[in-house]
Amino acid sequence: MTKLFSRIKPENRPILIASAFILVILMVGTAYTLSTAGTAPLLSPGYVLQQLQIGSFLGIVAAGMMMVILLGHIDLSVPWTLTAAAMMATAVGGDMAVPTGIAVGLLVGLVNGLGVAYLRIPSMIFTLGVDSVMRGLMVAHTGGFAPQDQATPFMRFLAAEKILGIPMAIFVWALVSVIITIVLTRTSFGRSIYATGIREAAAYLSGIRTRLVIIGAFMMSGVCAAIAGVLLAGYSAKAYQGMGTPYLLPAIAAVVLGGTRILGGQGRYVGTLVGVILIVLLNSVLSIMQMPEAGRQVIYGSVIVGMLLVYGRGTKVTA
Amino acid sequence: MTLLRQNRAFVGALAMLAVLYLVYNIMHPRGFSTAVLVQNANEAVAIAFVAMAQTLPVLLGGLDLSVGAVMTLAACVASELVNGSPAEILLGMFATLAVGAAFGFMNGIIIVYGRLQPIIATLATGAVAIGLALFIRPKPGGDVDGDLNWALTNSLWDFVDTYGFFDPDAAWFQPISWIPVPLILLFGMAAIVWVPFKKSVTGRTVYAIGSAEGAAYMSGLPIDRARIAAFTLGGFLAACGGLYLAIQTSSGNADVMQAGAYTLNSIAAVVLGGTSLLGGAGGAIGSLVGALILRVISFYFRIVSIDPLLQPLIEGLVLLAAVSLGAIRTLRVKNRLELFR
Repeated sequence: MTKLFSRIKPENRPILIASAFILVILMVGTAYTLSTAGTAPLLSPGYVLQQLQIGSFLGIVAAGMMMVILLGHIDLSVPWTLTAAAMMATAVGGDMAVPTGIAVGLLVGLVNGLGVAYLRIPSMIFTLGVDSVMRGLMVAHTGGFAPQDQATPFMRFLAAEKILGIPMAIFVWALVSVIITIVLTRTSFGRSIYATGIREAAAYLSGIRTRLVIIGAFMMSGVCAAIAGVLLAGYSAKAYQGMGTPYLLPAIAAVVLGGTRILGGQGRYVGTLVGVILIVLLNSVLSIMQMPEAGRQVIYGSVIVGMLLVYGRGTKVTA
Repeated sequence: MTLLRQNRAFVGALAMLAVLYLVYNIMHPRGFSTAVLVQNANEAVAIAFVAMAQTLPVLLGGLDLSVGAVMTLAACVASELVNGSPAEILLGMFATLAVGAAFGFMNGIIIVYGRLQPIIATLATGAVAIGLALFIRPKPGGDVDGDLNWALTNSLWDFVDTYGFFDPDAAWFQPISWIPVPLILLFGMAAIVWVPFKKSVTGRTVYAIGSAEGAAYMSGLPIDRARIAAFTLGGFLAACGGLYLAIQTSSGNADVMQAGAYTLNSIAAVVLGGTSLLGGAGGAIGSLVGALILRVISFYFRIVSIDPLLQPLIEGLVLLAAVSLGAIRTLRVKNRLELFR
């Protein structure tokens, strides 16, 4: 068993453990519902699809966040990029709603990238500043209230409609996933992200234009946050203040639980996917159990620490 | 002169704070009065403590995303315990600080022996801290001793007057009776906790780990002990902030948003105060100054007539501009490879 385990590539290990953990959560949740209500909603396709539909917003945010974390950076501007994209999209309305939202994401990503790549300000603090600027812009734009604009029919269609019984949001998530996977594994840009994340100086000396790579990754993160914002606005029929805040930390957690190194340079997209599903599932099991918020937070935190202790251990410094 | 060069960022922050606060008082209709100073000091204490707490993990080259949550947890504990007889109050305050230190100690143990990245481990333990805070205080509220609230949130004169130590109008007391108690608590805690820590072997080790962990290890420094001590002290300082917040508001509130805001602002304060996010350079006093700068900026909105709707935007732009000052470094770099650290 241990021999088999050690033969698995180190970058795949977290993915396997997380998948196993998903099964454990499923079993615990099903055992709970069977013993209390005699049903197994967690195993019914309808319920799973509904959970995945809600999870797709987190999944898309996490996909973008992963690009940035692979560089060893982080994007804390996600909450208000998401909100700004949703608010701008609903404010413009009509056919231009979705392109406007995505343009907002591109623009914020560009600013983030310029600040991190050219001004060399730590991404942790620069994206934090950009986040508060975006918040300020949105407060000035809306007057601090939830805007009255409604989501356009197309946004509603993308987020809430179903095709062949499968919610559209899942298709969007799948499309984003395919694009990210192709970018990471099949393009020179993707390989440059890994190289820059491992050691930027070496990547630079090898002829990679690391500044452009950083800008590109931040723009992808911005676009992903914007897509999630547009979808979320479509799902709840309008944009509202602080709609992006609950997505920041779970997105980082999902990426790291999926085996991406927080210092950059290592990680597979499949892992992020598994991490997102793990977090969505954990949340839905906790809400089925009608766990109060307090217990939910404690369990949520303990599970993340526990899983990281199982596989996330770094190497000991010896020299 | 070398002292100035070594502490360029800190001196810059100090000068920025002095100018900002001087101009603020000149513009304020009741500037340079005790009332204004007391009010401003009260609003700055909690974030200043949390910023000092954040400094230690940052010096190690990491980041603690649980400081705001630990502060919230401490505030909730304090809102339960800090009342009753004087002995009970003292015990309650002690217990509050102990809870914070214990939580920081737990963070340190997980990070050192679990060999996890601090940022991601504290992201998770922060959720645990918020959960515990919600257990203690599901709804905002609480009961904190009223005398204590009055005595600690006003000037020294009121402090002496409340507890009747001696005649607060005594002649020898006049020159210092205007000093706000919160400022004394803040700088007092910095002097009796941070300064000795920085000078100890453990404290020097924290700096050494931040600049080159391998070298620190090879020099035989107590790496694990220093890490755990740093996180414990961080938890303790965050609890100081929480305790003060509970006394000041006479209540506790397990507010997730507030905890997150304090954590993020603490990072901004640390950077403004001249501590490098790469670790190994800076200090808690700088972060204290950084936190005060953040607060003074928000004070301006009260006296300058700006559309309230534009305030968050201007606050954000000022923050962005302030952190962008660090970019000046890139202009001085002669070899481009030095940028990639």
